[in-house]
Formats: sequence, C-alpha cells, structure tokens
Amino acid sequence: MAVLSVRALRKSYGERPVVDGVDFDIRPGECFGLLGPNGAGKTTTLKLCLGLIAPDSGSIELMGYEVPRHAREARHNIGVVPQFDNLDPDFTVIENLIVYGRYFGMEEAVIRARIPALLEFAGLASRGDTRIQTLSGGMKRRLTLARALINDPQLVLMDEPTTGLDPQARHVIWERLRQLRLQGKTILLTTHFMEEAERLCTRLVIMDHGRLIAEGSPRTLIAEHTEPHVVEVHGEGVEAWAAETASRYCERVERSGDSVYCYARDARPVLADLDARPALMYLHRHANLEDVFLKLTGRELRD
Amino acid sequence: MSLAPRLSLRFVPVWRRNFLVWRKLALPSMLGNLADPMIYMLGLGYGLGALLPSVGGVPYIAFLAAGTVCFSTANSATFESLYSAFSRMHVQKTWDAILNAPLTLEDVVLGELIWAASKSFLSGLAIMLVVWALGLAPTAMSLWALAVIPVIGLAFAALGLAITAISPSYDFFMYYFTLFITPMAMLCGVFYPMDALPQAVQWFGQLLPLAHATQLIRPLLFGEWPSHALWHILALLAYAGAGFYVALLLFRRRLLK
Repeated sequence: MAVLSVRALRKSYGERPVVDGVDFDIRPGECFGLLGPNGAGKTTTLKLCLGLIAPDSGSIELMGYEVPRHAREARHNIGVVPQFDNLDPDFTVIENLIVYGRYFGMEEAVIRARIPALLEFAGLASRGDTRIQTLSGGMKRRLTLARALINDPQLVLMDEPTTGLDPQARHVIWERLRQLRLQGKTILLTTHFMEEAERLCTRLVIMDHGRLIAEGSPRTLIAEHTEPHVVEVHGEGVEAWAAETASRYCERVERSGDSVYCYARDARPVLADLDARPALMYLHRHANLEDVFLKLTGRELRD
Repeated sequence: MSLAPRLSLRFVPVWRRNFLVWRKLALPSMLGNLADPMIYMLGLGYGLGALLPSVGGVPYIAFLAAGTVCFSTANSATFESLYSAFSRMHVQKTWDAILNAPLTLEDVVLGELIWAASKSFLSGLAIMLVVWALGLAPTAMSLWALAVIPVIGLAFAALGLAITAISPSYDFFMYYFTLFITPMAMLCGVFYPMDALPQAVQWFGQLLPLAHATQLIRPLLFGEWPSHALWHILALLAYAGAGFYVALLLFRRRLLK
C-alpha cells in the first residue's frame, strides 16, 4: 500500500492554477523527490498533502487516511522538516524536543526516553542544554530533523532540507537521510538541488507550472531525456562556432549567456574539433540530472 | 473546511509551551506587569486622591483600585494576544511548526486565547494582592473578583487575537491601542465614574467590554453584589466568543491558503 497517494490534485489561487492535476504514489521505503524551479508548486503540494490547505479537487490519501478530512490522524505518523527553521528560540535543544513531542500527545517519559538517541543521531549529544540561538545553521537543521523524528514517523517530509547550508553541513544531512532510509523510513523530499536529488532519491518527479512533467529514477531520467555527454564551451568566437559547427557533431546544442552546451552521444568528434580551436575553452562531463531539469523546465530565470 | 470550529483538548500543549517560555522569564515579566499599573494606582490614587473629597462614596484610591484591576487585566491580555502571539505566528513561525504536528489551527488559537487569559489573570491577581494588602477591599465578597478577572482576560485576549490575525506588522497594533484601548480606558469608568460623561457618550461606553468589567469588579471590591451581574458576565463572554470566532476565521484566511 502506498504511504501517500495523490490523484488529480488541483489548487488555484484566483485564476492561477498552482497545482494543476498532479498524480503520484509514494511506496514504503522510497526516497521520493519532488523537483521543480521556484514557484513550480512544490510547497503547495506538500501543504495539500499535510492537509494544511484544502484542494479545489482531487484526492489525497496519507498513511491510509483521507486528507484533509482526517489530516490530524494522518499527521500522527508523519515528520516534517520545513523549509525555514522554526525551532523555539527561547528553549534549549532538549526543551525543543520535549515541547514538540507533547504536540503528538506523547507521555513525558516516552519523549525523554527517545531524546538521547535523537541527539546522537543529530550529532548534538553534548548540546542538550544549549540555547537555540547559539547553534550553527547546520546544527539547527539537524535539530529540526531530530524534532521531526520525535514521534518515530513512518514518513518524513522535507521541504528543501539543505537550502542555505555549507557543503560540510549538507553532506552530514545527506548521510543522515540515508541512515533514515536504512532504518526503513520513507522520505518525501522537495529540492531544487539536482545533485541532492541525484544522490538521495530512489525515484523522483519533476514539476513545473503545477504539473508533473517527468518521473523516474535519476538514472533513467538522465538516460531518457538527455544525451550522456555534455561539453560546455565558451570563449572568443563561440557564437559563430555554435551556429556553424557544433550541430555537426552534437545531437543538441543549447545557448545560455556566453556559454554553449553541447549534448552528444559520442563526445570524441566535438572534442577533436575543439582541440583545434585554442580560442575556445571547454569542459567535458557526463550528463546529470541538472541537464534533464534544464531541458525540461528551460533556462529562463524564475523569480 | 467547515466554518464551525472543532475544539479539543489538544490546545493544552500549546498553552504549556507558552507557559514554559514565561516560566523562564517569570520574575522580570511579573515585575514589569505589576510596576506600571502600581505606579499609576498609587501615584494618582494618593496624589490626585488628596485633592478629591470622595469618588462614588469611597476614597479615590479605592475607586481607582477597581479600575486598575480591570485595566491591567485587559492590558495584559491585549499585549499577549497582540505582540507575543504575533511574534509566535509571524516572526518565529512557531505556529507553522505546531500545525505540522497533529494539531489544527483551532487548537493553536484556543491555546493562545487561554494562555493570554491566564497571563492576564496573573496581572489581575497581582494587583488584587496589593489591593488587599492596602486594605482597599476589606470584605470576602472581593474574592469573587478572582472569578471575574479570567473572563475579562478571555474577552480582551479574543479581541486582540482578531487584530493580530489582520496585522501586517507590529506597528499596526499602535492603531488598536490609540483607537480602541486608550479611549476605552477613558469611557469605561477606570479613572472616574462613567456618569461624569455626557449621556450619549455613556451609552456608547456601556457597549464596550471594559465597562462591563468595571461594573463587575468595582462593587465586588466594595463588598457589594454587582447589579446586572449576569448581564455583564454574558456580555464579556459574548465578546470572548465572538472575538475568538472572528479571529479563527481571519487566521484561517491568513494562514491556511
């Protein structure tokens, strides 16, 4: 049975559809990614799934409960890591966990018994009595993750869990999320970090303008939607080269700013051509999820 | 979403959260709550009172004591439901965190309402202790004030929450004080009897929640059962109920979209 199943979900604000007919299922044990540019409808979809807002139409079943009607019951078994930290600034680390556990109707003794393991998991074992204001951004994020686990949820929802973190802190979060999956938790993650999605997600959907435009594992999406080699070229005369030469060697050529992106099944011919042109600089790499994402959602800014 | 509020005991952890924060800052908070009204009560009561014969048949300080109990209860509930609730809702996003747990907006708003009323009860109680210590309310009848104070707190907390629900920033609350709370202090028998005012103004003043509060508390402190006690209590409860309901609808419109 699916942990979360969403059918024909729609939500508009005025004339503007924000979620425009979305269907997906999350199976137990998956790390499911919901990807999309800013304003694609990711956060609204999460809010709908939690029963915080009512859909215009469509159905949501979360942990076997119909949402929003039985959202309260469904949320008993869910942990949420919001996009922006909303820890209680007046409390210590431990107090934050205790107070949050009470919202689930947990007994004080049960909450206290869970705290040492959660602090250990969050790497905050020696920080139990520290005030929140003195924690670093990475520590706060880890505490927010620990807080989301206070009720031992089956499904953990994360809205851009590593936005604003430095690389070290981000890697720690990734490592913790993999641990959670090993413990059998199901994870729903929204992100616009393609690298994050590629590393963590077993399956993902790409959302844009309120619709899902692609679905699959990171590897199958890359294989289905883009050529395996990418050559990024820039330098004096790149415009002319792109117009006259590039498409001879590459299946697909894209321009963005002063760079040209060449997508090819075989990169050798284009590399040979470029090696003969010292004015052009290039970088050859494998295609990744970001290439798929940019192909499907375009390169224009979304702000 | 249905328009009827679904109330439950789930508000208790919200109340306890606020209580835990308050406990950490209890001493300065209590002193702050107490000092200001006390300075007014004693300063005006004895200073201005020395110039006055008697007001409403009692020394001015005794008259003012009842007004101070009402006004500081109302003020305390108002401050908590405006500034503190706003920072929890809008600045700290504490409500967002709670709403991700199995609590509803009803639980959160009810928790805030009862919390603000609880805190205002402490303010009212603190003033009452001074009033008793100064011998300004010598009979056992004055103990009934402790039952009325929470109702005053509920009414003002509910009204404050409705304002918080539409407030874009802290600055907005200034309007509420300038246009509602401060004029009310002048119209509702806090500093002087309402019958000192023109008839039309009195009628208007009678509609305001603080007038119901003073008309309950003052006789109780003087050792008399208030006339129309039930009417005044029901009026305060109506303010509390209507304020809460409107606040809830406005918070829903603001937060659940």
